[in-house]
Amino acid sequence: MTPHAQNRTLELHDVSRRFGATIALDSVSLTIASGEIICLVGQSGCGKSTLLRMIAGVDLVDSGRILLNGQEVSGPSRFVEPEDRKIGFVFQDYALFPHLTIEQNILFGLKRHPKQEAKARVADIIAHIGIEHLIGRYPHMLSGGEQQRVALARALAPQPDILLMDEPFSNLDRGLREKVRDETLSLLRGLGTTVIMVTHDPEEALSAGDRVVLMKAGRIVQAGSGYDLHDRPVSAYAAEFFCAFNRLSGIYRNGHVETAIGRFAHELDAVEGTPATLYIRPQGISVSPGPGSVSGQLKSRTFLGEVEQLAIDVDGLETPLRVRTMHRLPPGTQTVGLHVLPGSWLAFPAI
Amino acid sequence: MISAARSWPRGRAGARWLLGAGTVASLVMLPIFALLLQALQGSAGLWSHLAATVLPVALADTIILLCGVGLITAVLGTSTAWLVTAYAFPGRRVLEWALLLPLAVPTYIIAYAYLDILHPIGSVQGAVRWLLGYSSPREFRLPDVRSMTGCILLLGFVLYPYVYIPTRAMFLTQSANLIDASRTLGISRRAVFWHVALPLARPAVAVGVSLALMETLNDIGASEFLGVRTLTVSIYTTWITRTDLPGASQIALSLLMVVVALVAFEKWARGKQRYSTGAQRSRAFESRRVSTAKGLLLFFGGLLPIFIGFGAPAIYLVNEAWKRIEFAGLSSRFLNEAFNTIVLASAATIITVLFGLLVAYASRLRPGAATAWLQRLSTLGYAAPGTVVAIGVLIVLATLDGFIDRTAAAWFGVSTGLLFIGSGAALLYAYSVRFLAISAGGIDAGLARIPVSFDHASRVLGQSAAGTFRHVHLPLSKAAITAAGLLVFVDCVKELPATLLLRPLNVETFATHLYGEAARGTYEEASIAALAIVVIGILPVVLLSRMGQARR
Repeated sequence: MTPHAQNRTLELHDVSRRFGATIALDSVSLTIASGEIICLVGQSGCGKSTLLRMIAGVDLVDSGRILLNGQEVSGPSRFVEPEDRKIGFVFQDYALFPHLTIEQNILFGLKRHPKQEAKARVADIIAHIGIEHLIGRYPHMLSGGEQQRVALARALAPQPDILLMDEPFSNLDRGLREKVRDETLSLLRGLGTTVIMVTHDPEEALSAGDRVVLMKAGRIVQAGSGYDLHDRPVSAYAAEFFCAFNRLSGIYRNGHVETAIGRFAHELDAVEGTPATLYIRPQGISVSPGPGSVSGQLKSRTFLGEVEQLAIDVDGLETPLRVRTMHRLPPGTQTVGLHVLPGSWLAFPAI
Repeated sequence: MISAARSWPRGRAGARWLLGAGTVASLVMLPIFALLLQALQGSAGLWSHLAATVLPVALADTIILLCGVGLITAVLGTSTAWLVTAYAFPGRRVLEWALLLPLAVPTYIIAYAYLDILHPIGSVQGAVRWLLGYSSPREFRLPDVRSMTGCILLLGFVLYPYVYIPTRAMFLTQSANLIDASRTLGISRRAVFWHVALPLARPAVAVGVSLALMETLNDIGASEFLGVRTLTVSIYTTWITRTDLPGASQIALSLLMVVVALVAFEKWARGKQRYSTGAQRSRAFESRRVSTAKGLLLFFGGLLPIFIGFGAPAIYLVNEAWKRIEFAGLSSRFLNEAFNTIVLASAATIITVLFGLLVAYASRLRPGAATAWLQRLSTLGYAAPGTVVAIGVLIVLATLDGFIDRTAAAWFGVSTGLLFIGSGAALLYAYSVRFLAISAGGIDAGLARIPVSFDHASRVLGQSAAGTFRHVHLPLSKAAITAAGLLVFVDCVKELPATLLLRPLNVETFATHLYGEAARGTYEEASIAALAIVVIGILPVVLLSRMGQARR
């Protein structure tokens, strides 16, 4: 093993997979460093779970190679069985064995270890995760949050090189989900575990991952930090995945996109005079009562607590503008002035 | 570090399982291929001879029997299923499971029992004559049960549960919301059955009827006792009395074509509908309360098929068996037969369950077209009647026996004789081919209830495919495997045609003993053997009724 391989826990080279006529993965390449927390995000069917299953070795690659700690585990010449990969997996349904107690479930992955050592490991991990009180019970006697923690303990007990998690929090109630997610991630950061987590929730991806990998139709759209993906999306798809933008059609001229509500500076790799689409964040528009340089009619207002969501009809726009604001408009306001804050818009050539 | 990477190019665990499943499928297909080969080798002259003599009668009788039994089972099965689903009356719960009881009575036993019960000088006909004021069988007797009509009726009354089970399941699960919807659309309660429930249940009825007809094709005892010369009976006599293997194979081939036609009929009768119970659990069907008088009427209506198909023969057998035991006790011959029956059925069950595990687990490890085909091929034997399987196995193993015998004689100067057929291996082979569908299907259903993520979890946690099977699948599908084993065991005990053809010389089981006595017309210990078979046959009925309750 070369020394620098220590830092590259996992490498994917042009990994492809198809099921019949559908292409699940189309030449995916990705390198993941030791201790990184990666979030694979995308709509269902984008190939993110397939990718996870291939890394684990419970599914085959059609072409391409997967390297674990510098050694090929899936590829044209070699296939390492999942039981020989030292990978932990937390499943969406947790997959706790119903015929075994919690303790036996956690011991399941330690069969190759001497009995005393295995027992000590179990004691260690359950103390760490705080589930000592559950060990004698069976999975069906546990709440969703408890099952999730047991699944995590079971996956971590054999001290895997990489932990894979497939939608690990999606089965939890909304309130519980955030708490469990925060606890889990701080635990994993504390252990320095390399984590690849799959989610379909953009907010979860942005908040949880050191690096976010957005996928679509078997390909990687964009990979980078959460800030990168949210603030500097490379495509309209990436932009809209993380934010519910207002879409305005316009024309690209002179480094600006001209729309019904004004000209917005944005350099585009496009021909002069071609159509372009302007994307404005709902929280990037400020409103004031009475007419302004751009005016609109308040169509509806939905109070959400911290913010209020407004729908504003503007002359020349087909759909009302969506605005999220913390500013309280007086009751009975009808006409409002609009101002788009700098840095809150993006533009892409219209397709 | 990746330790001890076992690697083979593009391979994956399950290759050996796949090979095993392939072997099983080949073993199942072998007798059927052998049969085809043998039948095609037979000279054309033989075909025309058969076509002129045996076939027309046998084919006509078989088709009449199938139509009759199909009609009776469809009517009985559907009406009893509707009875216990649509109406609420005292005793309905009892009827629900008791309607399954005729399943415990094999066709040859019901024929055996009724031949004696309805004998012209028996007590039943005597009572009828007394009631009508006649004094001698010469003045009045009921129509003879030894007839096509008798055979159709008797088979119908023991085979209707094959229709009752799927149809009731269909009524219970699928129709509820649709029936309510149709009532709000203005269809009367009475019209609902004809216009909604029955059309909806059609696929289930089709499945049930085709199963009942498969059993009819498989029957050898009842038809023979009652004088109906079906294809199955012809195969048997062609081989046993004339030792004409090509002839028997050609008739078997014709029988197989009838099976193919039957499967085609089932597909057609299902129409475009599929027999599936809705994914989301709909509300249970709400049955209607009826007045006490009407309730009593319905109860006795539901009791009638149970009485004819199970009650009367059971009472008769208990009575006869009791008289026999009081008179002569249990002979050592009977105990020997019990031993033979149990040993043969147990050995066959073990083999069949192991094969079933192999086939079912291979398709779990490697889902895809290959394993789906292997599974389909492996379970083909269930559609083939026992005589067909037996003739096929006979051809394969007789060839093999002959080859081994000749080789041994040439090399060592000893004759091995009939190694496989003489040892009962042939019979075990036939049982496995015939009942693999039950075992593979049951185990497959059991495995299907285990989420695939369990397999993945176990593999990722360090277990091999075999270890996963041992530590995860086996404990979680124990009940399904046991149930499959029980069903196979009971079917082996009840099996008659293959047992008759393939049992080693001088080995008798309960079923063959009963057949022998019935064929000779003697009524000695057969009632005890029949009773034993029926008692064992009740086991799966208990299992089925418990499964029905668990689903609620």
